[in-house]
Amino acid sequence: MYSEKVMDHFTNPRNVGEIENPSGVGTVGNAKCGDIMRMYLNIDENGVIKEAKFKTFGCGAAVATSSMATELVAGKTVEEALEVTNKAVMEALDGLPPVKVHCSLLAEEAIHAALWDYAVKNGIEIEGLEKPVTDIGEKEEAPVEEY
Amino acid sequence: MSRLIYLDNAATTQVYPEVLDAMKPYFTEYYGNPSSVYSFAGEANREVLKSRESIAAALGAKTEEIYFTGGGSESDNWALKATAEAYGNKGKHIITTKIEHHAILHTAEYLEKKGFEVTYLDVDENGVVKLDELKAAIRPDTILISVMTANNEIGTIQPIAEIGKIAKENGVLFHTDAVQAFGHIPINVDEMNIDMLSASGHKINGPKGIGIMYIRKGVKILSFIHGGAQERQRRAGTHNVPGIVGFGKAIQLATEELDSRIKYETELRDYLIDRVLNEIPYVRLNGHRTDRLPNNANFCFRFIEGESLLILLDEKGICGSSGSACTSGSLDPSHVLLAIGLPHEIAHGSLRLTLSEKTTKEDIDYTVDELKKIIERLRSMSPLYEDFLKQSK
Repeated sequence: MYSEKVMDHFTNPRNVGEIENPSGVGTVGNAKCGDIMRMYLNIDENGVIKEAKFKTFGCGAAVATSSMATELVAGKTVEEALEVTNKAVMEALDGLPPVKVHCSLLAEEAIHAALWDYAVKNGIEIEGLEKPVTDIGEKEEAPVEEY
Repeated sequence: MSRLIYLDNAATTQVYPEVLDAMKPYFTEYYGNPSSVYSFAGEANREVLKSRESIAAALGAKTEEIYFTGGGSESDNWALKATAEAYGNKGKHIITTKIEHHAILHTAEYLEKKGFEVTYLDVDENGVVKLDELKAAIRPDTILISVMTANNEIGTIQPIAEIGKIAKENGVLFHTDAVQAFGHIPINVDEMNIDMLSASGHKINGPKGIGIMYIRKGVKILSFIHGGAQERQRRAGTHNVPGIVGFGKAIQLATEELDSRIKYETELRDYLIDRVLNEIPYVRLNGHRTDRLPNNANFCFRFIEGESLLILLDEKGICGSSGSACTSGSLDPSHVLLAIGLPHEIAHGSLRLTLSEKTTKEDIDYTVDELKKIIERLRSMSPLYEDFLKQSK
């Protein structure tokens, strides 16, 4: 069901944990839907992400996308991190099953939420960053059964 | 994977070697069509009858009340749709429960679209149908009550005899989906006033693709599959002779060993439940503590999600399930767990382990030991657990 990379990032997730006094932290998702991601970022004075960590409640894909997202944003500037889209996360994981695509959206949203927190704390504006939707209650319509 | 611990016997079971041996000649040797006239087909015909007799005996039914089908889902579909068709002029109301298998629920929803009214009964926190609510739901136009014998996810056994009595007193037909229960716990169609019953071969160490429907003599439902005179003109299609023979052998073995297997599995199940409840924090048992299938344990672990748990168990060679295998394609948590009153976030963290008579205490010890580590690991990654720990400080 999952690619080798997804399995690798799920069973050996990178950067799991918390950062004390992070530059920015964001939590997105919804326990009702079964996925919650929290991303912690440490950002230096030049706006470079020095460290990214995560905690995730969710399926294998949710953990793997969180793990990959932290790897992709680490070392990048804040502006570059904004370019880490859900598509980039999915591609880096060699794809996701269709029903799990929303996990990659959640990962992108988690990065944005942490960056938003960083921007608010520091009174700065990051071009292209909009206030994230923290409570993603993925309201995917169940496919209507045909009789 | 060196070790395989199969704890998903509610999904399907191993075909026993004795069952396979019984089936084999009917593929290559006695491959005749039992409906044929020549004597070569006679052997197949006799074996079909023998199997029918074994199944009837296990249910306390008459041989001619057993109809072979393609499986439990077909039987469930047949029971509901054909009853609606045959008795629709008497009334258009059907009563079932919120925790049925989707073969019942989706068929009931289909019938709603065709103008039938369906009452979906609530269950209590253990998953047991409330008899007073059942009584209250019966109307003059109620034609059918369909309540499963035992639930496939949480294992709760329903008060089938009481439900049958209520149905009979009110002149309403009673169907029970016994797919998980047949061959696992005693069932008697007369003592329990059951009019129709669905069962399946592959849940009792028989082959897949073979099921039965018991239809009490006098129940006037018609054919669901048209095209031949098989099964007393009620179910067309060439008999699946090897499947039927395998099902017959499987129920024969299951019946012979029923008491000892119930005892063995119940003890092992209780050992599993006790260890998990005592050794893992923030866990609950789903389903009735004692009125449950001998081989079923179902837990919810707070702060973690079921699929992650299944993948990590699989890494250790342990096969379990979260919700039923049929629901795993959906993102929603199990309708059964929601029906017993669990909030979504807790329902997501469910694990069903279903044993067999071949499961050993060592298997259970290994499973619980690995489970403890996996739960701890997933919780250490969970933001919900982090928040919980901070709040409880």
